[in-house]
Amino acid sequence: MKIGVVVFPGSNCDHDAYYVLRHELGVEAVFLFHKEHDLQGVDAIVLPGGFSYGDYLRCGAIARFSPIMTEVIKFAQSGGPVLGICNGFQILCEAGLLPGALLRNRGLRFISKHVGIRVVNNRTIFTGDLESGAVLRIPIAHGEGNYHADPDVLAELNAEGRVVFQYCDDHGNVTDEANPNGSQFNIAGIVNAKGNVLGMMPHPERACSPLLGSSDGLGIFRSLAHSLEIVAA
Amino acid sequence: MYKAEVNVTLRPAILDVQGKTVEHALHSLGFNSVGHVRIGKHITLEIEAASLEEAQKIARQVSEQVLSNPVMEDVAVTVHEVIAEEAGA
Repeated sequence: MKIGVVVFPGSNCDHDAYYVLRHELGVEAVFLFHKEHDLQGVDAIVLPGGFSYGDYLRCGAIARFSPIMTEVIKFAQSGGPVLGICNGFQILCEAGLLPGALLRNRGLRFISKHVGIRVVNNRTIFTGDLESGAVLRIPIAHGEGNYHADPDVLAELNAEGRVVFQYCDDHGNVTDEANPNGSQFNIAGIVNAKGNVLGMMPHPERACSPLLGSSDGLGIFRSLAHSLEIVAA
Repeated sequence: MYKAEVNVTLRPAILDVQGKTVEHALHSLGFNSVGHVRIGKHITLEIEAASLEEAQKIARQVSEQVLSNPVMEDVAVTVHEVIAEEAGA
């Protein structure tokens, strides 16, 4: 059993994700190159952060049409777990695997800092090891992370518990001051209707070791691994 | 041959933060009569097609499927025929 990390030209968090899976969790991890059509029999896929294809046209717009994405889309549609982080979230939206879009940050600036995110739904395969309502300290690093969707889509996301993470303050309060980029409902991460595709702007792979200032992101990868029952003893 | 001009703009309901920032800058420069600044993308394409209708169809397809994202953007497409330049030009 193994987890694949897709490598697009311009991906820059692919090795971080690989490192976490292999060395922090002891899971077999492989890189999946953007030009390939072979998913190498993986049980889950990570679309990592970065600036795929330079983020030209729109973030994720070109990556979405790369050869490997044909297979990733089929994999996701047949229920395979896919975790999209930052640019990966943008690609999932462009690919139509998640609703909505990520707009330019409200303050126009690229933001790189640790933020608080609240675990709103811990009944997903990505959050099963986390406590509902827990506050995770995880860094964000993006210029286009301002989540936007039509009002009916937002209502559906809320009604179905598909908002998984919301930006919050240190005490877990979801406030406008704690919203770094202007996302509607402070949305930091959502899942699809089937629950097998998660997109999130914060970078859990950058918060998986005390050395990096926070280990709060590890629970997300561990949850996924547990759900696949492939954590090494 | 045909030439297509594609204008991609953020949908009216979406706050155009870039446009707002430019608008603020214009106001601070004293251009107070200027408002509702919206920023978009202008894309030009050349299309080989047998007819204007076919060129328009291709232009609409690429505009709707790739060049714009219907969640956040509107797209307007115009297509016109380009007379081939004289040989050697």
